[in-house]
Amino acid sequence: MFIINCPYCGERDQTEFTCHGEAHIARPDNPSEISDEEWGKYLFFRENPKGTHFERWTHDHGCRRWFNVMRDTVTDQIIKTYKMGEAKPVISNE
Amino acid sequence: MSNQNRTIYGGKVNREKPINFVFNGKSYIGYQGDTLASALLANDVHLIGRSFKYHRARGILTAGSEEPNAIVQLGLGARTEPNIRATEVELYEGLEASSQNCWPSVNFDIGAMNNFLSRIFPAGFYYKTFKWPPSMWLFYEHFIRKAAGLGQSPTAKNPDRYEQKFYYTDITIVGGGISGLLAALGAGRSGCKVLLIDENPELGGYLLDYNFSINEKDGKKWLKKIIDELNGLANVVILKRTTAMGYYDYNYLTALEKVTNHHVEFSSTLPRERYWRIRSKKVILAQGAFERPLVFADNDRPGIMMASAGQKYLSRYGVLPGKSVVLFTNNDHAYLTAFEFVEKGAKVTVVDTRDLLNARISEKCKSLNITVFKSYSVIKTYGDKKVNRIEIQQVDKNQNQLTGEVENIHTDCVLMSGGWNPAVQLFSQSRGKLKYDLKINTFVPDKIIENQKIIGSNNGQFNLQENLNESFEAGIAAANELNFNSVEKVNWTGKEEIEFTHSDVEPYMLGKKKVTKGSKHFIDFQNDVTAADIFLAQREGYISVEHTKRYTTTGMGTDQGKTSNVNALALMSHIHNKPVDEIGHTTFRPPYAPQTIGAIAGRSVDKLFDPERKTSMHEWHVENKAVFEDVGQWKRPYYFPQNKEDIHQAVKRECLAVRNSLGILDASTLGKIDLQGPDAAKFLNMIYTNAWSKLEIGSCRYGLMCNEHGMIFDDGVTSRLGENHYHMTTTTGGAARVMSWLEEFLQTEWLDMRVFCTSVTEQWAVLSISGPNSREFLKDLTNIDLSKENFPFMKFREGEVCGVKARIFRISFTGELSYEVNVPARYGRYVWEKFMEHGKKYNITPYGTETMHVLRAEKGFIIVGQDTDGSVTPSDMNMDWIVSKKKEDFLGKRSFTRPDTVRHDRKKFVGLLVNDKKTILPEGSHIVEKALKQPPMKMLGHVTSSYYSPTLGYPIALAMLKDGFSKMGEQVVVPLMNGKIIEATVTDTIFYDKEGKRNNE
Repeated sequence: MFIINCPYCGERDQTEFTCHGEAHIARPDNPSEISDEEWGKYLFFRENPKGTHFERWTHDHGCRRWFNVMRDTVTDQIIKTYKMGEAKPVISNE
Repeated sequence: MSNQNRTIYGGKVNREKPINFVFNGKSYIGYQGDTLASALLANDVHLIGRSFKYHRARGILTAGSEEPNAIVQLGLGARTEPNIRATEVELYEGLEASSQNCWPSVNFDIGAMNNFLSRIFPAGFYYKTFKWPPSMWLFYEHFIRKAAGLGQSPTAKNPDRYEQKFYYTDITIVGGGISGLLAALGAGRSGCKVLLIDENPELGGYLLDYNFSINEKDGKKWLKKIIDELNGLANVVILKRTTAMGYYDYNYLTALEKVTNHHVEFSSTLPRERYWRIRSKKVILAQGAFERPLVFADNDRPGIMMASAGQKYLSRYGVLPGKSVVLFTNNDHAYLTAFEFVEKGAKVTVVDTRDLLNARISEKCKSLNITVFKSYSVIKTYGDKKVNRIEIQQVDKNQNQLTGEVENIHTDCVLMSGGWNPAVQLFSQSRGKLKYDLKINTFVPDKIIENQKIIGSNNGQFNLQENLNESFEAGIAAANELNFNSVEKVNWTGKEEIEFTHSDVEPYMLGKKKVTKGSKHFIDFQNDVTAADIFLAQREGYISVEHTKRYTTTGMGTDQGKTSNVNALALMSHIHNKPVDEIGHTTFRPPYAPQTIGAIAGRSVDKLFDPERKTSMHEWHVENKAVFEDVGQWKRPYYFPQNKEDIHQAVKRECLAVRNSLGILDASTLGKIDLQGPDAAKFLNMIYTNAWSKLEIGSCRYGLMCNEHGMIFDDGVTSRLGENHYHMTTTTGGAARVMSWLEEFLQTEWLDMRVFCTSVTEQWAVLSISGPNSREFLKDLTNIDLSKENFPFMKFREGEVCGVKARIFRISFTGELSYEVNVPARYGRYVWEKFMEHGKKYNITPYGTETMHVLRAEKGFIIVGQDTDGSVTPSDMNMDWIVSKKKEDFLGKRSFTRPDTVRHDRKKFVGLLVNDKKTILPEGSHIVEKALKQPPMKMLGHVTSSYYSPTLGYPIALAMLKDGFSKMGEQVVVPLMNGKIIEATVTDTIFYDKEGKRNNE
């Protein structure tokens, strides 16, 4: 059970949050112009990394804001949380 | 004779306070401070239960929570609990317990036959025997389940209360032995918030049972001083009788506190147990270690126990478990117990697997008249319900075999000590890595993952002197790491009469293969797993440690192998001639010890299990005998029976009232979302499939929401209240989901859109009045002009209703002239009652959800989630009319042109009319191409909604049918579960008022 540092509220228990899968998958600007393959990629294709993963969470039982979490799927350590719209952090190779 | 095994003096039980208790129907007397196990031993009761598989006589092996054998059924009736360790149960007046897994009694047990039949019950017996034919498994299972199992679950509802507590602290220390206490003191003196957890009723752990000195003075007094100081520290919270059960990510621990289990009477004010959910910045594990059994033939008889258990029964409870005692050991430290037993009047013989003995110990044995057999091993034991004789033989270490004459020793108690295993269960749960320590022949902590320290014997460190100072310093360091000030270190000199040396032989005994054949060398007592079973599993290819565990069941059961795991692994290592490290170990999972489900549930039972949501008119519905239906968490009136009506009669009456005069529905549960902001219309255009830009202020529009896969996921009417102000309604069950959906896109995709969404579901009470008389009825109660010209269909008006500020939406879910009157929730019941009063002349009829469903089905209006299932598009539902062709983009649009969504043979939404005009098709019935005697039949679709229509006088149904739109007028067949085959005609979905005149009146 994680402790998650909500960028708006601070550290809270995982039970207050919901995970919504991979982050940084932007909705295409021009859906009508893209191919079925490209649309399919947006709808269905997700990374499943062993290591650093970027994911979307909401603080449902709190401020109800969406934000992003950078988490290591091996150690389950949350490396960083950041607001929507902020740039995707760079993965260090350490 | 009572308490015949009690020593004349000694022990910490209160001999002034006798306690009556009952075991297997017989009354006994124990003393305050006893456990059930110590009181039974004091009364010379050694046979406690029968083993799981062979029904062998079993006694008391340990004196703590690791006990595999002495598990009993405790208490009676609704409060009875199975599989309770007698070694942990504090005695209370009137306690009743009984043996498990025996019939008709523990002394004469028919199942004990299994012992003699054991040749046909080896490991994997069930897997091998009951595998074929596969169809017979259900038959076998019935009998296997009956024969297996331990105690009995209570059948009545538990009357006790269980509490939960959420707790946040700087440091949690698990284990109140010397290491835990000193760590708590170090951290406590630093000013840290400390939580100290111990499973026993008394702090002190192992040192309570042994003599030791601190700075050359009596250690017990020093220990008391330490505990007194801790009790005086306001920042230190001590939980006794509390077992840490689970250790999860980020130092989240669960612990079970026994609050009143040990009380005579169950309390009306205190809970029985309290389940702690603890979040801690740092955790210090100081759980100590378990003594390890030795493996020899028939090592499971009552009267054979761990040396440390014998020590505890003697020194803590003043109970001498035997008078002619054999100590079987592979280490020095166990000799302390031999000395203690001699002092209390027992005759002691020592069988030591080693050939070299410390001179000081040798001398003391001589002076106490203790015979020591060096380089000897116990090879067999005898005795029906209690050990009475053992055989020993010399060990030739170089040859790894037994040699010389077999000697007999008569005895009534065998104490064994095979070294110690750190209690690494919690450490392992926290994903800490273990390594095998060849010096002490056991697994010890290696790599720590969490923000954690592990100290004392829990860390494989057994020396008292070192543990004293290191534990205290660990507490200080932990506080320091949390930025608390350092306190002064202390240097204690701690001494035991015999320092803890480690066993110098492997945990498993010598002479392995030959001896194990045909006899029972128990590895896992509770699951009746013998050394031979482990050999067998390896021969049959179950070599991985996880496979061996599952094939033999070693390490399973209520004790989870606390005494057996390391011996099993060591034996596997011997068989494969590989280091134990390479054998590995199985994974430890929570809970650490058995725990009640009641405690996990806490107060979330009965009415508190899930919140109930009620509308402001709810009590009126109750008073008027509504039958309720759960819709999500909402309680909604299902129908309002009058006199002795059944559901069909009531629904018929309610339907006709709406069609002919006036009905009223409590629609408050509809999801309502208030949308405001300059981009609200733009936003709605993206969320709904139809166009919203041109909706005028004061107008309402029906909308359909799709997900990005193009599938319908909610619908409802949204009205424009002002320039940048909209009122959205959703399905009752979908309200929260829609709200999240809107927020998701506003917060993650369209951050530039200025729209605010506020849930107002509970702020408005909604009275939906419907029927040809609704205008006539309402006009007397409101200042709003209801004329057709001023307030047409699909419009919204604000004004007063019954003197209350109200919003009226002229929308209809029944197909009749309808008004949805919204008033502030607190006026809901008031207005409802006014309506009922004023509506008498129109025979106003309250109706429930069933009538609502029938009326809407007559009109072919869909219910999302009933007629749709997350896999249908608007086009499938024949709702292309609501999908904008002009809008460049909205959620789901792109998916409407996926190859799968444009397939012409998709299931489509149609009506069905049964040819016999009688049968109401069960919802969910399959429409098939051709009805056969039995499945499989080729399916064409299924019935989604089906009712008797009181308005029409015959049944109607809605269905999803393959390529349904091109099958209008065609015949289909629907086979029913009862074997009947029903023929039906495919129709469109509107059965009543096809032109839609009535709601336009």
